[in-house]
Amino acid sequence: MSRFMKARVAAVDQLSSSVRRLTLVPADEASPFTPFSPGSHVVLGIPGEGRVCRNAYSLISPPDDPSQYCIAVRRQPVSRGGSEAIHSRVKVGDELELSPPANLFLPHWQARHHLMLAGGIGITPFLSYLPELERRGASWELHLRSQDLDVARFPEAAPYLASGNITQHRLERPNLKALLARQPAGTHVYLCGPQAMIDAVKDAARELHWSLARIHHEVFAAPEPGTPFMAVARGSGVEVAVGAQESLLEALERSGVEVTSLCRGGVCGQCRVEMLEGEAEHRDAFLDEQERASQRCVMPCVSRARSQRLVLDL
Amino acid sequence: MQFSPRDDQAFHGQFTFKNSDYAIQRFPFPFPEDEYRYSVNIEPHVLPGKPGSITEHMLDIDEHYLSEIAERERVLAKDPRRCLVMPHMQPAAWDFLEFVMTHYARDYPEAFSFERDGDDCVWRNHLLELEQSFRMGDDASLPLPPLDYIGRQMQGDIALLDQRDGDLFMDAGMITCPADWSLAFDAGMSFKQWHGPVPLAHEMGVFDRALKYLCAIQVGGPVRRLNWTMTIHPRMDSSPETYAEWGSDRTTITAENAGRDVHLRVELQTLVRMPRSHALFFGIRTYLISLEDLCTNPVWQTRLLKVLKTLPAELIDYKGLTRYLPSVLEWLEAREASVAAKANAEATAQAAV
Repeated sequence: MSRFMKARVAAVDQLSSSVRRLTLVPADEASPFTPFSPGSHVVLGIPGEGRVCRNAYSLISPPDDPSQYCIAVRRQPVSRGGSEAIHSRVKVGDELELSPPANLFLPHWQARHHLMLAGGIGITPFLSYLPELERRGASWELHLRSQDLDVARFPEAAPYLASGNITQHRLERPNLKALLARQPAGTHVYLCGPQAMIDAVKDAARELHWSLARIHHEVFAAPEPGTPFMAVARGSGVEVAVGAQESLLEALERSGVEVTSLCRGGVCGQCRVEMLEGEAEHRDAFLDEQERASQRCVMPCVSRARSQRLVLDL
Repeated sequence: MQFSPRDDQAFHGQFTFKNSDYAIQRFPFPFPEDEYRYSVNIEPHVLPGKPGSITEHMLDIDEHYLSEIAERERVLAKDPRRCLVMPHMQPAAWDFLEFVMTHYARDYPEAFSFERDGDDCVWRNHLLELEQSFRMGDDASLPLPPLDYIGRQMQGDIALLDQRDGDLFMDAGMITCPADWSLAFDAGMSFKQWHGPVPLAHEMGVFDRALKYLCAIQVGGPVRRLNWTMTIHPRMDSSPETYAEWGSDRTTITAENAGRDVHLRVELQTLVRMPRSHALFFGIRTYLISLEDLCTNPVWQTRLLKVLKTLPAELIDYKGLTRYLPSVLEWLEAREASVAAKANAEATAQAAV
C-alpha cells in the first residue's frame, strides 16, 4: 500500500482481558479520513523492534463518520509483533501509519435477510454493518460466540442492543443447523471467525441444500509461520532471509523492496509477484488452479517457499 | 478553458460539431503501437495528470460540455430508459452525486461550486445557471433522483456497478452516447455477460484477469483505459435503440467523403470506487474527431493507417467497420501518398538548388 496516512491515537479502551479498542483521528488536517463502506478494513503500521509491523484491522466505527476510525485488537497468544505492541506499548498521542479503507467483505445488498455469525474478535467487521443495515431498513440478526468478549462493551453496538437482533452465546455452541433452517428464503450469511466455525456453518448449509453462494466469509488470515527460506528480488538486487515468524511480504518490505499490497491476507490479489525460480507453497485464496500449478507467480503476503530459494521479478 | 456555446445540432441533424485546434491537440490518440492488440490496458488514474491533458483531472470536461448536455437532454426526453437505478443502488447514486460535485467544484472552480455543512449542501453550476440547495441522501430535497439530477449535468456516460460474489453487475447508469450498446439491454448483467459479444478476448482470458483487477480497486485507487471505435458523422448516440437512424450511414462512405464523415471515437474509461456504497463507477468520456482533423497530425495519420491495415477480421466486424473500412484505407493511402510525393518534390527541389 503506497498511500499511507498519519493517524493519531485519541483513545485506548480495554474491552476485555484480551481486547483493546483504539480510536484514531487524522494526525494531519490536510489529509482527513474518508467515509467508508460497511466491512472495510485498514492496514495499520505499528512500529516494533527493528521494523514496522503491518496488520489489517476491520473498522468498527460508523461508516458515515469520517471524524474518527475505531478498531478492536485481540492480543494474540503467539503475536508476530503487531497485536503485542498495541497491547503493551501503543498509547494515547502516538502517531501510526494508516492505509485508506479497503473492502473485501461487503454486505450483499440484494439479500432479503442478513445473518451475521461472529466468533470472538470476528465481531469487528459486523459493527460497521449495523448502522448501514439500519439506515437501509434491512432485516438482520447478529450472533456472537465468545467466552470473554461482551458485545455490550462495544459502544458501537449500544444503539442496537435493544432491538433484540443481537444474540450473545457464551460456552454453548449455537445449533447451526436449526439456526439456518429457520431463516427466510433469500437470507445471506456472513461469517467471521476461526476456520472451524466457517467449516461448521458450511457443513450445516450443505446438509440443508443451501447454495454456498449465500454464505460469505472473511477469514482473519494472518500469515502462518513456516520454514525459513531465502528470497531474491532480482530487479532490485536484494537477497533476504525470510524468518519462520515473518511473511515473505514483510521480509521484502524490511529490506526496502516496494510491493503493492492491500489485504495482507491472500484474498485481494494486489501483491501478486511474478516468480522466476523456485517452488512456492501457495496459501492464498486468489490464484486459480492453473496459476498455482504454473509456479510462475506467488502472493507474498501469505505464501511461502517449498524450495530453499524463491527468485522474484521485483 | 473555453466552453463553446450550446449547440443543439452538434451531434445530430446538421452535425455542426467541430473541434478547435486545442481540442485536436489534446485528443486522446489511442494507438501506442503500429499494430492494435488486445490487452488489459488499464493503468492507475494518477492525479493530477499533465496540465491541459484529458487526464489532468478526475473527470474531464471540455469545450463541448454545453452541447453534450443538450444532446443528453434530447436523448433522455425521447427515451427515459437511458437512465436506470435499481433499488439497491440508490445509496450508490448518492455516493456518485457527491463524487461528481466534489471533483467538478474542486477542478473547475470557475464553472461549479459545492458548499457543504454536514448534510446541508448548495450546488451551483454556472455553465447551466443552476443553483440547488439540498440535503445529502434525501431524495425529496432534489428535483430529480440523484443519478438523474447529476447525470444531466455531467459530460460522459455513467455506469454504476454493484460488486457481489466476486463479480460486477450493471445495476445503474445513465447512457446516452454509447458505442452500439444498450443500458436497458445490459441492465442487471454480470461483467462477462455484458462483454459477451466481444470477440477473441474471452479465449485469451482477458476478462478473467480484468475482472479480478477491477474487483480489487479500492477507494483512492482509480484506474483508466482508452477504448476506440469509429462512427459515421459526429454522432454521440449510436445506440441499438436508434439503429434505424444511423445504421445505414455506413453505406454512404466513399474514398472522397471518408475524411469528413468518418470519425475516430475514443473513450476515456475511468473506474473509481465509491467510498460509502463500494459501487464501482465506470465512466465513459467520449471524444470524437474527423479523420481530416486527426490527419493534421502526420504521426497519427501514418499510425492509424498501419493499425487499420493490420486489424484482425473479427475486430473489424465487431467494431462495425466492415462495410466502409476499404474506403477509409483508400482515403488514408491517398493522403500518405500525397505527403510522400510532396516530400519527394521538396527533396528534388532542394537537390536542384
